[in-house]
Amino acid sequence: MSNQPTWIIGAAMTPFGRHKDRDLIDLGAGAALDALADADMAIQDIGVFAVGNAYESNAMVAQRIQKQIGQTGIETYNVFNACATGATAVRLAHLAIQAGEADVALVVGVEKMGKMGMLGAAGKARSDRRVFTPSGRFGAVMGTEGILGTGLMPGVFAQAGMDYAREHDVTFRQFAKVAEKNHFNSSLNPLAQYRTVYDLDAIMNAEMIAYPNSVLMCCPTGDGAAALVLVSDEKRRSLSAAVRRRSVKISASVLTTDPYTPSGHAQPDINTLTRRAADKAYELAGVGPAELDLVELHDCFATAELVHYDNLRLCEPGGAGAFIDSGAPRRDGRIPVNVSGGLISKGHPIGATGVAGLYEVATHLRGEAGDRQVDGARVGLAHVIGLGSACGVHVLEKAAA
Amino acid sequence: MTTSAGQIPMVSYLVLDGDGAPHLLAQRCTSCRATFFDRRNACASCGAVEFETVPLQNSGLLRSYTIVHRAAPHVPAPYVSAVVELDGGGVIKANLVGLDPDSKAIHLGGRVHLTTFVAGTDDDGTEAVAFGYAQDQQDS
Repeated sequence: MSNQPTWIIGAAMTPFGRHKDRDLIDLGAGAALDALADADMAIQDIGVFAVGNAYESNAMVAQRIQKQIGQTGIETYNVFNACATGATAVRLAHLAIQAGEADVALVVGVEKMGKMGMLGAAGKARSDRRVFTPSGRFGAVMGTEGILGTGLMPGVFAQAGMDYAREHDVTFRQFAKVAEKNHFNSSLNPLAQYRTVYDLDAIMNAEMIAYPNSVLMCCPTGDGAAALVLVSDEKRRSLSAAVRRRSVKISASVLTTDPYTPSGHAQPDINTLTRRAADKAYELAGVGPAELDLVELHDCFATAELVHYDNLRLCEPGGAGAFIDSGAPRRDGRIPVNVSGGLISKGHPIGATGVAGLYEVATHLRGEAGDRQVDGARVGLAHVIGLGSACGVHVLEKAAA
Repeated sequence: MTTSAGQIPMVSYLVLDGDGAPHLLAQRCTSCRATFFDRRNACASCGAVEFETVPLQNSGLLRSYTIVHRAAPHVPAPYVSAVVELDGGGVIKANLVGLDPDSKAIHLGGRVHLTTFVAGTDDDGTEAVAFGYAQDQQDS
C-alpha cells in the first residue's frame, strides 16, 4: 500500500427528496457528471468506477450509468453494504488507488426509494392452508416480528438507545433534542429533503413510531445521489493549482464489521464496530476527536445519533446526554454534528448516504457550504453504519494552503 | 414435536414439554461458552464447531425496550419489545407482556421472568406457543 494519501478533487450531490421525473440512472449520472465537472476531469480520465446502491444492487446500476455517461470499458464495481453502501464504494475506490491500480476513480452513491414506508414491514403472501411447520434457522412456525420483539429499524435503533439510557440515564427529552437540532440544521441546507424547523414539544408530541423515536426522530425514505472523484497523491501533483487548492485529503478510510458480542445475535450491537472504526480512523489520521471541526454521523434515528456521540468519542464516556444538553453538537457548538440536517431531515436514500456524508464534510472544508458553512473548518469526520452490520468512518482534511 | 395439548413451540429453542416449566434451550460452544439460539455451522465467537445443548434460566434483567406503535402489518400495536439478559448467560429479544405499553409502567434494568402465550392457531387447530417476559413484582 502507498504511504501517500488519496485526495477528493470533485464532489457533487443532487437534492435529496422525491424525484418523480428522474429515474435511478438520471440521478446517478447527474451526480457523476457534476462531480467530473467539479474535478475538471472527463470520463476518459477515470480508471476505476464504484457505484453504491441498495434496491437495484442485483441489476448492474454502474454499467447502466456508464451507458449514459461513457462506456470506456474500465474496471467497475457494484457495491452493497446496507446503509454503509456509499462509504463502502468510497473505500473500494480508495483501495484501488492505494494499490496503485488506478490514478483516478469515480464513486457514485444513488438510490430511488420513493415512499416505501417502514423498511422491512412489507407483508408476505400466505398460502391458502396454514399448518404450523418449523422452518429456518430458529425452527419458527410463523413470522416472529412483533411476537418475539421487533427487528424493524425504528425499534432496533430505539432499543439501542434505551440500552444506553439504562446505563447512563438518558431521557426521552435528550433524545428528542437531537432531532430538534438536525431539523434546524436542515433549514439552512438547500439540498435537504425537509427544511422545517420543529420545537422540542412538537417533536416529543409527534406520532410515536417506536418509543422513544417519534416520527420526527426517524429518517425518511427518499431519492438522491452523490458522487466523488478521487485521485492518487502523485496524480494530484500533476493537476492545476485551482484543482489542488480545492482538493480534500482522505486522512483515514476505515470499514469494520460487527465483531462477536454476547448480545449481538439478539439485538444488533451498533456500538462496538463504530468504536473500533473510529479508534482506527483517529490513529490513521493522527487526529483526535477534539480536533474535529464537524462530524456527519449516522442519525437514522435520534437514538442512534446520541449513542454515536459516545461511540465516536465526541463526549465523555457515558456522557452523551450531557453532551446534547450542553449544545456542543449544535452548529455553533464545540463539535458541530450533522450540520447538513443529517439523515433525519436531509434524508437517507440508502446507497447515496455514505457518499453524501463525505460530500458534506468536503464542501465545508472547501469553504463552499453557503449558509450552513462551519467557519474555518479544517478537519471533519463522516460516519455511517449499515445494520447487519458494517461501519464506515472517513476523516477528511483541508488541503494545506 | 407437537405436544399432547395440540400445541407447538413457536420457535424450536422454546421447550414446552418434558420435565419442569417451559424454558429456552441454547447451543453453547464447548470451547468459549458463547450462547446461540439458531442452527449453527460454527461458533461466531471463536470458530469452534462443537456445541452442547443447554437449558437457560427463566429469570433475567430488562436490558432495553421499545414501545412499538407503528408495527408490521397484522401485528397488534402498541406492544413492548424487550432485550433481556438472562441469569447465567444468554441474551434474548421478546415481547414484554402483562403491562400497559407505557414507559411509566416499565422498569428499565428491572427483573423479569419468562412466561408463555398462544400466538396463533393453524388450520389443524394446533396452537403456536410463544414466550415473553413479565416484570417481577416490585418490592415496595
